[in-house]
Amino acid sequence: MSKGGRLATVLGLFLVVVGLVVWAVASLLNPGVPGGVVNFTNSQAAGQPVQLTVQTVGSIGFGAHPSWVSYLVKNPTTGKWVHDTSWELPAHTVIDMTVYQYDSGSPLRNQEWGQVQGTIGDTATLNGTSFSVFNSNTGNGVGHTFAIPTLNVSVPMVGVSGNPCAVAPCHFDSPHNIEKFSFKTPGPGSYNWQCFVPCALGYLYGNGGAMSTQNYMGGELEVVSQS
Amino acid sequence: MTPESSMGSEENHFRRIVIIWVVLSIAGDLLFWFLVGPHIPPGRMTSSAKDDQLDFNILMVIGLPVVIGVFEWLAYAGIKWNARNKDTPESVGGPRAAGNKRAEVSWIVITSVVVIFLAGFGTVELYVGSGSGGGEGPNPILQPAGAVQAETAALAGTGTWSPNSNEVLPVQVIGQQWKFTYRYPTFGGFESSDLILPVNTVIAFNVTSLDVIHSFWAYQLEVKADANPQINNVAFTRTEQLGSFEVRCGELCGIWHGAMFNPGHVVSQSAFMTWATSTESKNAANTKILPPFAWTYVPDANGADGGYYPDNVVPYSPVEVYGSKQPS
Repeated sequence: MSKGGRLATVLGLFLVVVGLVVWAVASLLNPGVPGGVVNFTNSQAAGQPVQLTVQTVGSIGFGAHPSWVSYLVKNPTTGKWVHDTSWELPAHTVIDMTVYQYDSGSPLRNQEWGQVQGTIGDTATLNGTSFSVFNSNTGNGVGHTFAIPTLNVSVPMVGVSGNPCAVAPCHFDSPHNIEKFSFKTPGPGSYNWQCFVPCALGYLYGNGGAMSTQNYMGGELEVVSQS
Repeated sequence: MTPESSMGSEENHFRRIVIIWVVLSIAGDLLFWFLVGPHIPPGRMTSSAKDDQLDFNILMVIGLPVVIGVFEWLAYAGIKWNARNKDTPESVGGPRAAGNKRAEVSWIVITSVVVIFLAGFGTVELYVGSGSGGGEGPNPILQPAGAVQAETAALAGTGTWSPNSNEVLPVQVIGQQWKFTYRYPTFGGFESSDLILPVNTVIAFNVTSLDVIHSFWAYQLEVKADANPQINNVAFTRTEQLGSFEVRCGELCGIWHGAMFNPGHVVSQSAFMTWATSTESKNAANTKILPPFAWTYVPDANGADGGYYPDNVVPYSPVEVYGSKQPS
């Protein structure tokens, strides 16, 4: 092979390696494609509380990552469970949230998230009983939190005992807790929400995978003015 | 034109350039110092912010004459020594300056004085400002008066602070993906998502992390300290103005890094006391469950049912909470 040919071969191999590295890094960092936005702005009359119902599952059981933990939301129009964590909500409106928690729990890395914060009255109900602090070292611990950091909203999702539901959407015949709380949306804007339990099993510090990918353990609240 | 007359012209040019430069520099420096300087970020909310503003303004006052000199020289040369003016004397400097000892010595002396002054000034500012709001690590060399006593008492759970006491207030900053929370050891060690500070008070920020590296950056306070797991990074400042500021994470830390921010407020000492005591009382039930106050915490609980935390050797235990000791 001529000198030029050898040079071209080396250069070509170098470019292939660089391309592979770039592709691998980009794939690793890609947060995934967020789903559509489930719209709650027309689910009730203007000024009336919005009913937002979600469930948490230990493993979603379908899609590209069937073993990943996830939130699902009930579409207010169809009443069906949707794997989507971006929700459009009306501004300056009370959101009555119901969470069906189908996952097990453990002690929190930071018990600060065992405290109910930022909800109306700084309280939530767990299976009908009001609470403001849950000691994650007791019972089944805390499985997840629903938190909107910029609004200082945080509610612990108490873990269930028994065999957690493994395929979403889960139903009442699986062990579950029901938690209810309300918060008020601020003015229009985009507000992220997330889980503060490092619940991505198998990932460094538990904060990779489902915790770092759109549409699983975090999403966006698109708060808009309601005409 | 004789060499003498040429030389004389050069000196006239030089004198003219220097006079214009001095006038423009003084005018520019005065305008900057009094009109722009007071508005230079990060403002004057804390001692470190004020010091940084002063440092920037000093640099600007030194740098502005240099900039003015360069552009003045360019403009003068363009007007006086362009190719169309064939009978103009050769420019000041150039080949004529080569080997000119006076020019060489002046250049070396002036630039050396500027650089040595800035090095000395910067060192003094760092020293006087107790680190100028930067993280100094777990054993800070530059500490304000009373800091050691306040930090020691905070760890022992015997710290006190009250309005007009002039005591240093230790505040712990805990980074975690993806939010900062704050513990106040002087008030029972309660933890809060709110960062409220009293005015006219020296604050000792003790910055740590529960997972990856974050960076606590309170821009308007001019405080920036990396939050490393299992390291207490201490930074000092003194609050001097009432108002709001913003805390941001300054270290790329994952998917919600861009959303890792929160507002903070500097309030009157009495308002802070009211907030701190009421929050201590409100959070009492949760504070009991928090680990005892410590400078760092070892989060050996994985928070997700065991076995996957990097310290894989530690078995899951229901009593493993952040701050607990590793089981033997």
